[in-house]
Amino acid sequence: MSSPKDFVLSCPLPLTDYPTVTLAHGGGGKLMHQLLEKMILPAFQSPLLETRHDGAVFGIGESRLAFTTDSYVVSPLFFPGGDIGTLAINGTVNDLAMCGARPLYLSCGLILEEGLPMDTLWRVVQSLKSAADAARVQLVTGDTKVVDKGKGDGVFINTAGIGLIDYGQPISPASVRAGDVVLLSGDIGRHGIAIMASREGLEFETQIDSDCAPLASAVQRLLASGVEVHCLRDLTRGGLGTTLIEIAESARLHIGIEETAIPVREDVAAACEVLGFDPLYLANEGRFIAIVPQKDAERALAALRSEEPATGAVRIGRVTDSPSGMVTMKSRIGTSRIVDMLSGEQLPRIC
Amino acid sequence: MKFVSEYRDAAACAGYAKTIARLTTRPWTIMEICGGQTHSIVKFGLDELLPPQLTLVHGPGCPVCVTPLELIDKAVAIASRPDVIFCSFGDMLRVPGSDCDLFSVKARGGDIRILYSPLDALRIARENPSKQVVFFAVGFETTAPAHAMAAYQARQLGLKNFSLLVSHVLVPPAMDAILSSPDCRVQGFLAAGHVCAVMGFEEYLPLAAMYRVPIIVTGFEPLDILQGIAMCVAQLEQGRHEVENQYTRTVQTQGNLPAQELMKNVFRVVDRKWRGVGSIPASGLGLRSEYAEFDAELRFDLSAYTAEENSVCISGLIMQGLKKPHECPAFATACTPEKPLGAPMVSSEGACAAYFRYRRHDAPASATKA
Amino acid sequence: MCLAVPGKILSISGEGMMRAARVDFGGVIRDASLAYLPDAVAGDYVLIHVGFAISKVEEGEAQRVFEYLREMDELADLTPDSSGATRR
Repeated sequence: MSSPKDFVLSCPLPLTDYPTVTLAHGGGGKLMHQLLEKMILPAFQSPLLETRHDGAVFGIGESRLAFTTDSYVVSPLFFPGGDIGTLAINGTVNDLAMCGARPLYLSCGLILEEGLPMDTLWRVVQSLKSAADAARVQLVTGDTKVVDKGKGDGVFINTAGIGLIDYGQPISPASVRAGDVVLLSGDIGRHGIAIMASREGLEFETQIDSDCAPLASAVQRLLASGVEVHCLRDLTRGGLGTTLIEIAESARLHIGIEETAIPVREDVAAACEVLGFDPLYLANEGRFIAIVPQKDAERALAALRSEEPATGAVRIGRVTDSPSGMVTMKSRIGTSRIVDMLSGEQLPRIC
Repeated sequence: MKFVSEYRDAAACAGYAKTIARLTTRPWTIMEICGGQTHSIVKFGLDELLPPQLTLVHGPGCPVCVTPLELIDKAVAIASRPDVIFCSFGDMLRVPGSDCDLFSVKARGGDIRILYSPLDALRIARENPSKQVVFFAVGFETTAPAHAMAAYQARQLGLKNFSLLVSHVLVPPAMDAILSSPDCRVQGFLAAGHVCAVMGFEEYLPLAAMYRVPIIVTGFEPLDILQGIAMCVAQLEQGRHEVENQYTRTVQTQGNLPAQELMKNVFRVVDRKWRGVGSIPASGLGLRSEYAEFDAELRFDLSAYTAEENSVCISGLIMQGLKKPHECPAFATACTPEKPLGAPMVSSEGACAAYFRYRRHDAPASATKA
Repeated sequence: MCLAVPGKILSISGEGMMRAARVDFGGVIRDASLAYLPDAVAGDYVLIHVGFAISKVEEGEAQRVFEYLREMDELADLTPDSSGATRR
């Protein structure tokens, strides 16, 4: 095992490029991927980690389990349609759901900043509780730490979760085949705009609520419907665009989508116009894509549409062989463009 | 969205594609001046709809891209100070300076705030009397009225802790510089519609006459740009060289007079260095002496600082339309949006970034076309 | 450059340099300064750039783009045609 000194000397990310971590490294885009690919994955060399999926899937005895973790550092803590508590539960529940698992037990680690009002903490705790109830999971273990004032954004939360997988087939990009169809569970961009609109100088008068929601029961319906599910992925940071690129790269296939098929609510689209955002890259917290064979597409959509939060499920594209590892989008005016990964967060622009 | 969605109509776009193809009998090179138009062209793939004889080149229409290197360095220096709240449009955060960009300053703990409007910076100044609040006033003429108002109101309010770091540039002198270059291959222009909404378009008449080029005041939606191109090609084919207004729903000949009035009150025309192009006389705006106390370069004693550009970056040639991004040896190799060598790879309007995001994989095939 | 978005004025307050409007952008409402459009009234569509209305959007001119196309004799021949992307 190498000593810490050795590790530092052979740090794989060129230090001249990024001697320090930047916000972009957490943005879900290219820089974060580089950090994972060049530093973190090589350091651990774990086959399960290499699947780069939302959660790790493994067998223990007769059971197949999914295990995942996520950390929540959102600011502001409370935003229209949710708060850090609802995010913390739903984020982990959803990652488990994307493995095809029934989420069962969650842990919760709280890192609190000195000076956080007790009232705020209580609200967060209440949110954690109601989100856990809504997702039908139990919070069974946890931890609380307090850091000095100035060293945290009020509250940081880490949740980890375990779920049980009944579905027999592997759900991952490796199962995706040319000819498959890409389904999207609902309209995109609400969470990203809700967060952006709570920030200084970018507020709107109209309230656009985050789409934060648990997805486990929608996924269970899909799995129970007899559809052959090849891949599931929830959208989160980096949005629909980034998610599709990750899958296309992982599966080494091409995904072609139609702009006109992608649902964006009118007010979200308008907010994007005003701030200069592309909805394709906005964060979502209650949306996922499902990749299924063409023959199962209608049945899958019916299963999804029967209940929230997937009543708006639609087909947005299909998988082909090439160009491999890429995502292209047919625009509303009939021309084609490559959907590329952003290097970091989207920023509001005037230009 | 009204006055937006209608101009993205697929059938009408196809109709314009046919019209333009019918009109074009010879090769023509047309430049669009405005980064927002570049963005639209690449995002909607408008150049795919054009006949192969038409070449679109992307001009220096991105004020973010043309902000001189030293001004970024000055911004970084100011923003790094612990007593400063540095406010900026999002576009400026990733533009590389000599050492780093504003994003890195933020990562190091600098108080940098992304704002939608300069008036929000005034509010921040009033709420934080013990801090210096600086707004990075970048833009073409379109944004100058907003900055003028911020300076005007700051003066009315007697604010002592507010200043502007100004990097305003003007479009007509840039067009003049491009057209007067002996290498100029541009035969027609799409002028920046929103710049003209503020300034009107009378300033373009002498340019059209002197250089004998058609200049079409053009909007930003796909149909606006296609109509602008159609009108430009029509003139070129007929041997005309006039100024025409495509964007009639927004632009009046004389522009917005109250806005121009306050701009003249607050700003004066100065020489400005354009990153990658060099100094163009009378091509920018600076604060008048009555507003000197709001000039961040004076307040933070940075006026004397200069910086040298990276020699690999050919952004100047790209912004003058003499080269395409994929013709740059560093394109997508040493120079990427994550590690940009020059501004056009960073700004979402920059020609290089637009090419990188939307075109990279088919760049060689389209080298002969757009 | 110049990301400017059209919106409808819902209501107006203030005067002169402080004149401002609540503007509806396709369902999203934000305030904007009307200092540069002293004649704008509620119901008008205006173009907003960085929080300032810089020009009115003239509804009478809004159809010009389509009229020009008709004048070029194409609109009548249009079919929903994706080959516009591959015409050479």
